[in-house]
Amino acid sequence: MRRFVLGLFCALLIAGPVAAVLPEEQLADPVLEARARAISQELRCVVCQNQSIDDSDAPLAADLRAIVRERLSAGDTDEEVMAHIVARYGNFVLLKPPLDLQTILLWSAPLLVLIPGGLGLALYLRRRSRAGAADPTPLSAEERRALAAILKTGDAP
Amino acid sequence: MSAEIGQLALILAFMLGLIQGAAPLLGAHRGDSVLMSLGRASALLQMAFVVLAFGALATAYVTMDFSVELVARHSHSTQPLPYRFAATWGSHEGSMLLWVLILALHGGAIAFFGRTLRETLQARVLAVQGMLSAAFLGFCLFTSNPFSRLSPIPLDGTELNPLLQDPGLVMHPPLLYLGYVGFSVAFSFAVAALIEGRVDAAWARWVRPWVLSAWISLTVGIALGSWWAYYELGWGGWWFWDPVENASLMPWLMGTALLHSALVLEKRGALISWTILLAILTFSLSMIGTFLVRSGVLTSVHAFAVDPERGAYILVFILIATGSALGLYAWRAPAMRTGALFSPLSREAGITLNNLFLLAATATVFLGTFYPVFIDVLSGDKISVGPPYYALTFAPLFVPLLALVAFGPMLNWKRDTVRAVLTRLRWPIIVTAVAAVIGVVVFGIADVGAALGIALGVWLIAAAFMLLARRWGIGRKGAETGRLIRTTPLAFWAVAVAHAGLGVTTIGVTAITAWTDSEVVTMVPGQTVEFAGRRITLDALGPATGPNYRADQARFRVEGRGQPFLMLSEKRFYPSSQTQTTEAGIRGEAMGNLYISVGESATLGAATVRLWWHPLVGWIWGGALIMALGGVLSLSDRRTRLAMPARKAAQARAAEAAA
Repeated sequence: MRRFVLGLFCALLIAGPVAAVLPEEQLADPVLEARARAISQELRCVVCQNQSIDDSDAPLAADLRAIVRERLSAGDTDEEVMAHIVARYGNFVLLKPPLDLQTILLWSAPLLVLIPGGLGLALYLRRRSRAGAADPTPLSAEERRALAAILKTGDAP
Repeated sequence: MSAEIGQLALILAFMLGLIQGAAPLLGAHRGDSVLMSLGRASALLQMAFVVLAFGALATAYVTMDFSVELVARHSHSTQPLPYRFAATWGSHEGSMLLWVLILALHGGAIAFFGRTLRETLQARVLAVQGMLSAAFLGFCLFTSNPFSRLSPIPLDGTELNPLLQDPGLVMHPPLLYLGYVGFSVAFSFAVAALIEGRVDAAWARWVRPWVLSAWISLTVGIALGSWWAYYELGWGGWWFWDPVENASLMPWLMGTALLHSALVLEKRGALISWTILLAILTFSLSMIGTFLVRSGVLTSVHAFAVDPERGAYILVFILIATGSALGLYAWRAPAMRTGALFSPLSREAGITLNNLFLLAATATVFLGTFYPVFIDVLSGDKISVGPPYYALTFAPLFVPLLALVAFGPMLNWKRDTVRAVLTRLRWPIIVTAVAAVIGVVVFGIADVGAALGIALGVWLIAAAFMLLARRWGIGRKGAETGRLIRTTPLAFWAVAVAHAGLGVTTIGVTAITAWTDSEVVTMVPGQTVEFAGRRITLDALGPATGPNYRADQARFRVEGRGQPFLMLSEKRFYPSSQTQTTEAGIRGEAMGNLYISVGESATLGAATVRLWWHPLVGWIWGGALIMALGGVLSLSDRRTRLAMPARKAAQARAAEAAA
């Protein structure tokens, strides 16, 4: 279920096709082209800041798009194309950093807050409500009379 | 002459800031009223001097005084007047002056409106505010002086970055800074409360309007920035997970948490030390945002001025400010009164859970933004953290949070039962289920994620309506609905409106991520393409000129779906700064935007045309504005405005006298 939800929202957020791809760059085979687009969205244009090669107008991004399409046409799998590009440019080009020893902290960030935070919250709530469950001091006779008077008139004295 | 006046005013303001940072603190400690009133006086005077300094710089810009180095670097005689004025904060030095201006205005406001506060509390708040002021004024004076002169005086300036010559520049930075700096008030109040060792509902009533106004500005500022990027950068993205965007998102997320926990503190007297911690963290994140933009640690489109020395100054200052505030917190908070009790199923508990998710979401954005820097410093390796990371971490945190939002206002304070809550929410649950089923049927199983995203938005909106319907007694026998509608307090409207706005944004985000359509074609004049159910013809392609640019302009005729209309898209060239920008043609419609941008083409007489259909994209910003409207409603509620303790006491006395 968790995997499903994750997959769902991941698809939801990265889906939007945006294109800097020029008409003459596109591959004739629509299946290959779609794969090329998907790969391009995961690769960073190294000369511009924070843009994927799919979005970027920079010449270097166009070169990388051409390499991706060349490798795909030569029959490489998606993974092989990625590996080829990473071998040349390093992990820097991956917009989704790989999960390894260096990035374990990054990837576990949500859980690192949610799990201890959730436990802390649960303990806190238990303490709060247990303290609340303890018998409150009963009203004195005078307070009870005052309360009855308030309830009767519907207004504070 | 004006530059020298500005310089002098800035120096005087800095010295007043130093006095303000020390005198009232000592005064409050000794119970010395004279020293405490010195804090008020210096805050007001300091405000006057900073306003004068800012006015001096703005005058230099508007009158094109190119002997001032800053003006010469960011203005040009052909630059239109609104952009000459807005260029005042279009540079690093100028934007820091704007930051200081807003900080001084807030300090002045506390001194002026805060007369009803407990004297020692006001003195301490002003002292903390004074320290912040002095630090940022010192930063301006020592590392980024806006008033340096140039010799020889150039004949003309080099213009402002053309990307910034846009109505967005007039509004976006001031609104963002109003947000960032507005949180400084919460920070100062938190630190002052820690020094006093005392927090009560009156404290929360005082802080909440400031948090609200900062939050409203930040919400509108972020939405405006997103819209600006959408139409200006020429490819229709609305959020890039750019470090600088993240820098504004972090205080927003934290500020949202603070807003809600301050509400619990005000209404129920609970979550005292948690609210104080959030106040400290929210402003710290605002300062980190400034550090991010100003230091160039993370380069991005926003870093129009970067300098390591400045970065170091701000970083050291953040470490001192945040470090000492947190240290004070660790020392004093455990001794603070623990607040009122509540059960695990209550509105208090619901808000605490919302805070937990917001905290986790902030941590995700924080790590995503800074991790590449950590890795670079520690091992020298370079990595990137882009949108796919946030899709896998931020989104799974935000979706349950959105689902939870509807529950909060439906829960009773103190204690509630699952059954009662579900009964109250039965109509929204039914509506949402129906929406989800229709969505899956209409869009197909392949788009199930999108259908659920839309249903989530519907859930939020339906629950907001249900909130009002319950308050109005709709469906309850004998309820005087008319009277109940009239007597619904603005603060109640605020909750419904803000939460519904969140739903609207959710629907917009879902639609644009799921159903964006795009195409790239090379077109010659007269050629027609079919796109998104329309026939788009390139009518004409030719040169055009503006006040300070030349352009290649393309005119399109769009037919199909209603009246035909024309659209323009330009590729502009600004000769004085030798830069190019793309002005996209955008046609906003109820169901979405048609977005056309022209690029260069390999062949003469033809243009590379990029076409996009962005479904419901306007809902993203519309929803944000509705959220901000919710904030405004809450702020205008009499109980928020007039809740200051002394005025309340005065009112009570007046009422007694009248009776």
